[in-house]
Amino acid sequence: MGWFKRLKEGISTGTNSKMETPEGLWYQCDECKTTTTQKEVKENLYKCPNCNRHTRIGSHEYFEILFDEDSYHELFGNLVSKDFIGFTDLKPYHERLTAAREKTNLNDAITVAVGLVDKKPLVVSAMDFTFIGGSMGSVVGEKIAMSIDYCIKEHLPLMIISKSGGARMMESAFSLMQMAKTSAKLTLLAKAKLPFLSFLTDPTTGGVTASYAMLGDINFSEPNALIGFAGPRIIKETIKKELPEGFQRAEFLLDKGFLDFIVDRADLRKTVGDLLKLFDDKPTFEGEKKDVIAINGREVPNVNV
Amino acid sequence: MVFLEFEKPLENLYEQLEKIKEVGEKGDVDVSAAIVDLENKIKLRRKEIYTNLSGWQKVQLSRHPERPYSLYYIDQICKKFIELHGDRRAGDDKAIVAGIGSIDYQTVMIIGHQKGVNTKMRQYRNFGMANPEGYRKALRLMKTAERFGFPIVCLIDTPGAFPGLEAEERGQAEAIARNLFEMAQLTVPIICIVIGEGASGGALGIGLGDRTYMLENTWFSVISPENCSTILWRTWDYKEQAAEALKLTAEHMHNFGLVDGIIKEPLGGAHTFPEETAKAVKRYIVKAISEIKQLSTEQMIHQRIEKYSNMGQYDTV
Repeated sequence: MGWFKRLKEGISTGTNSKMETPEGLWYQCDECKTTTTQKEVKENLYKCPNCNRHTRIGSHEYFEILFDEDSYHELFGNLVSKDFIGFTDLKPYHERLTAAREKTNLNDAITVAVGLVDKKPLVVSAMDFTFIGGSMGSVVGEKIAMSIDYCIKEHLPLMIISKSGGARMMESAFSLMQMAKTSAKLTLLAKAKLPFLSFLTDPTTGGVTASYAMLGDINFSEPNALIGFAGPRIIKETIKKELPEGFQRAEFLLDKGFLDFIVDRADLRKTVGDLLKLFDDKPTFEGEKKDVIAINGREVPNVNV
Repeated sequence: MVFLEFEKPLENLYEQLEKIKEVGEKGDVDVSAAIVDLENKIKLRRKEIYTNLSGWQKVQLSRHPERPYSLYYIDQICKKFIELHGDRRAGDDKAIVAGIGSIDYQTVMIIGHQKGVNTKMRQYRNFGMANPEGYRKALRLMKTAERFGFPIVCLIDTPGAFPGLEAEERGQAEAIARNLFEMAQLTVPIICIVIGEGASGGALGIGLGDRTYMLENTWFSVISPENCSTILWRTWDYKEQAAEALKLTAEHMHNFGLVDGIIKEPLGGAHTFPEETAKAVKRYIVKAISEIKQLSTEQMIHQRIEKYSNMGQYDTV
């Protein structure tokens, strides 16, 4: 008989007495549980150095990854949400907004920037999940509409990086109508024959998926990103069965035909740069003498080389 | 008659009325005065109850089991209607009905969510919750309408798009998004009418148009009050509060400028005089079509997109 037999089953620590690990030093991967340093993860583009799990990152991190050094600046940063309908659940919406602004240092769940990707200009509207679950309210809708107007005026392509739990409940029908608004505006971008790259990142669900996120000329994603309309929990409750492994993950959507390809974050900048060149009238791929370029194993004809 | 929770006081009065009438039929006592008295009481009570409905009570009325559904309106409004089926890709969704019909002397394409009238039919119709095939059938027929210049009428009545496993596999989100994108540019007038429940993307998937009207006792929201309560309060018990907080009634929606008008219902709800309700719905459709037809195609599409572009409330700093 062992000396250290557990006398009580299921010993658990109360929330109050849990020890906080100081932030900013160690990083433990949720997937493979390997512990590394934050620095290592950051240098690896916020991916786990062991299992390559892509962690959730914010708009500014994506800007840093995508844009050429010091080549971008923010647009429409002065828009902020307001509690127009006076929504209160457990907390008034305006208090949630203030708290979210303080916590994230952002004005809302989307940030827009224009800059150069491999010397090609691009407008990027990137969502932040940390701001009320990346939810889409009036500000998100309006900033996307303004991005589209800007692209049409300046004759630039648009990339939207989606990362959202869906429409923002606290703006009720106003947030619902942002689905109609953004989709309707995207038809104008299509008419102007400007490419729209929709990059769906973990997670993209609800009204965001059911509007602009699914409407890209190119829909692409990061490995293992959760993408869907209804959340997995609701589906489980509806069908009263366990969901299959990998359900609603990027690989699943690629298999079902809703994504064009999946890109590792390490290849994101290059892939976007290549796409921008290919969508251009006269693409030049300096130093590349290949007849085709491969994106994740799929060959794309390089017409002008 | 089916009485909702808040209609219970009426049930009592109606029961009394029935009893008195029975007594009167036996012929021994003169009950005419008592009948008149009770009928007046009922009238007063009805007015009291129905003129001050809360958000939650309107949600309940919008789901009243006797409320008319899309096929009822189609039958009342159209002289002729031929239902068309299938999305030409995977299947035919019974939660959305669609077809060509005639309203006065105008051919229209009518598309609507359909709920079932009894338990068996409710299952057959999947409670009005459409799968991607429903939205794709709708889009296929809208494109047909566009080719022949027929105006499109959409009747909205859904608790939401179906949150099922296969629905996700076949691209529920893509189907709704595609409809929004295509509807924005259709070259024929689109009239949308919320006849019952207008829940979220499932409603909007056939709900983008030149005019959106709501019947008086309907709701339109980003989420149903129950689901809102579950997410924000973590229990279903706060659905009444959620219904108030969401400001989802026709009156709110019209005040917010998110819908173009409210179609009055008979006191007590659409089901109390369904023929009257259908007539009112028809009047709105006919008027809207003739108004929109005054515009050129470019003007119509421009105004449609502008209307949605102006929806949103925010501050600048």
